[in-house]
Amino acid sequence: MDPFIRVEGVVCPLDRSDVDTDQIIPKQFLKRIERTGFGEFLFWDWRGEEGFPLEQPAYAGAPILVAGRNFGCGSSREHAPWALEDHGFRAVIAPSFADIFRTNCTKIGMLPVELPEDQVRILMDQAVGEPGTTAVIDLERQVVIAADGREFAFTIDPVIRERLLNGWDDIALTLTHEAEISAFERDHEREGPVTTPFA
Amino acid sequence: MSGRTLFQKVWDDHVVRAADASGPAILFVDLHLVHEVTSPQAFDGLRLAGRKVRRPDRTLATVDHNVPTIGREAGIADPLSRAQIEALERNCAEFGIPLFSLRSSRQGIVHIIGPELGVTQPGMTIVCGDSHTSTHGAFGALAFGIGTSEVEHVLATQTLTQGPPHTMRITIDGEVGTGVGAKDLILGTIGQIGVAGAQGHVIEYAGSAIRALSMEGRMTVCNMSIEGGGRAGMIAPDETTFAWLEGRPGAPKDFSAAVERWRELPSDWDARFDREVVVDAASLAPQVTWGTNPGMVAPITGRVPVPDDYEDAADREGVQRALEYMGLTGGEAIEDIAVDTVFIGSCTNGRLPDLRAAAAVVRGRKVKEGMRAMVVPGSMQVKAEAEAEGLDQVFRAAGFEWRDAGCSMCLAMNDDILQPGERCASTSNRNFEGRQGKGGRTHLVSPPMAAAAAIAGHLVDVRSFDTDLAEVR
Ligand code: SF4
Repeated sequence: MDPFIRVEGVVCPLDRSDVDTDQIIPKQFLKRIERTGFGEFLFWDWRGEEGFPLEQPAYAGAPILVAGRNFGCGSSREHAPWALEDHGFRAVIAPSFADIFRTNCTKIGMLPVELPEDQVRILMDQAVGEPGTTAVIDLERQVVIAADGREFAFTIDPVIRERLLNGWDDIALTLTHEAEISAFERDHEREGPVTTPFA
Repeated sequence: MSGRTLFQKVWDDHVVRAADASGPAILFVDLHLVHEVTSPQAFDGLRLAGRKVRRPDRTLATVDHNVPTIGREAGIADPLSRAQIEALERNCAEFGIPLFSLRSSRQGIVHIIGPELGVTQPGMTIVCGDSHTSTHGAFGALAFGIGTSEVEHVLATQTLTQGPPHTMRITIDGEVGTGVGAKDLILGTIGQIGVAGAQGHVIEYAGSAIRALSMEGRMTVCNMSIEGGGRAGMIAPDETTFAWLEGRPGAPKDFSAAVERWRELPSDWDARFDREVVVDAASLAPQVTWGTNPGMVAPITGRVPVPDDYEDAADREGVQRALEYMGLTGGEAIEDIAVDTVFIGSCTNGRLPDLRAAAAVVRGRKVKEGMRAMVVPGSMQVKAEAEAEGLDQVFRAAGFEWRDAGCSMCLAMNDDILQPGERCASTSNRNFEGRQGKGGRTHLVSPPMAAAAAIAGHLVDVRSFDTDLAEVR
């Protein structure tokens, strides 16, 4: 995956709480067996709504989405971050994220940034008030820099940060511990259930 | 030092490598369940990297999300759905993974077939590319949903990297009233803690009301852990668990030795949880959701709230938006809400006792004219068992459609879908906007409550029906 170091660009506001994955990418688009091409279906059911930010030219190509709390709740579909990514987003800023969604983001090199509610509100208001407002997310320094120069520090698991900064592939990293997996299978693995007889 | 929780014991048993500065803990996965929607890109990833599936013998696949629930013999009409199912068939053949495909007598919803087969057992780690994997926690397993990148990771390594979650005990005490069941317990709990109330936590459900539940009821409760934001939900195994598992095809050969091991699993008396929540079961009436997330819930005897009931501005706006979507003004009695569709099924409530409870309400009655009512058993085994008891006849005679197993209208990926503005009493687990079809409106309820709504034509308190509700538990 691509390293995530620093992203600068337009902030697209989505001023809603509890945005669930059924909204991010509705199920009728989950039938694809490819990994790409989900971007055009992002927030499909909301697209037609008047003033929906994603459709406004001022927010076109925005790499940063700012949203309300509990973003990404609902199903485990990684199609949700794929769709955000495919649409051009590299990071989402919100007061809180659903657990699986957060993990899914970091697995594909997208950064979920958790900031306190009042700071998210400042960024949201700037993005709504002045469409086209930009911001910077600097993962090395762990700050979001608003258009007016204000800086908001955020925390992130240091290991995940390291992986994002380097664009490391999780599977390859785990397989460096292959000997330990084999040892576990030999010494600690509990018997069955074995699924193969049911084929 | 205080004792260990059930969660901690299962976790400790599966650590391949403890967390350190270089990375999070690596956990061994005992069982990896696979379905057609979240796996194709993972198999592609394996092929691209030239990797194999490390443990096909610990992997099991089925088709459920996307399958037709009627007229299966004719094959699948939708080319995209067909391609997805054929992709899973090809992938399982190529990598040696057992698969219950469309024509298997064991096909069904992934979270129903694992327990049914007996391959879901206490003390295991179980993952699947599906958030309702928490269902399997009813057996005292640590079971949770993962994304497709993680599916690929498990296929390649039979492990998962995990940060340690927090723990939370939800104690549900008290005797539930007649007509109140597992679904009402969990909906009431989510109403109390909120949809993000358990974020970052693995929940353990405890208390006398949980102990009194059947395994199926416990699965209903654990199933919806994710709806409260929980990473997983677990219930300590006990005699109910052991009796349910004994004799199933996947059960351990030396069953009594396994039971001895499983008896060690329950949380120690002095184990500490990061959070404790108490729910009073005795005070719960049958629950109904009125809004667009499972936390927007009220007793059937209650009213739809108005936005001004809420202090927080974001809550008010959320409620306003939900009411608009649901076509409600706020303030109406829940019982006055008319429905035109009833869906009984899903991994929450698609098991045999669920169908029995609904059938008990339906028996000898007719669904309201103009009502579209369907029963979709959670697995082909459930379907066969229900037919052996004649439940299909009860449903058909009343005017229900009786279908083949799958996720069906729970998420409406196949043809079982709501039209804009249609309103459904549903035994599934999510009432998100558009979940059952764009513009469709969902009210989550228990199976007997769904059955009662089908007869009455509106949401109604099943306790007002002249039915022996003792068997409706
Ligand atoms: S029945 Fe519904 S919730 Fe359960 S696995 Fe299928 S789609 Fe998901």
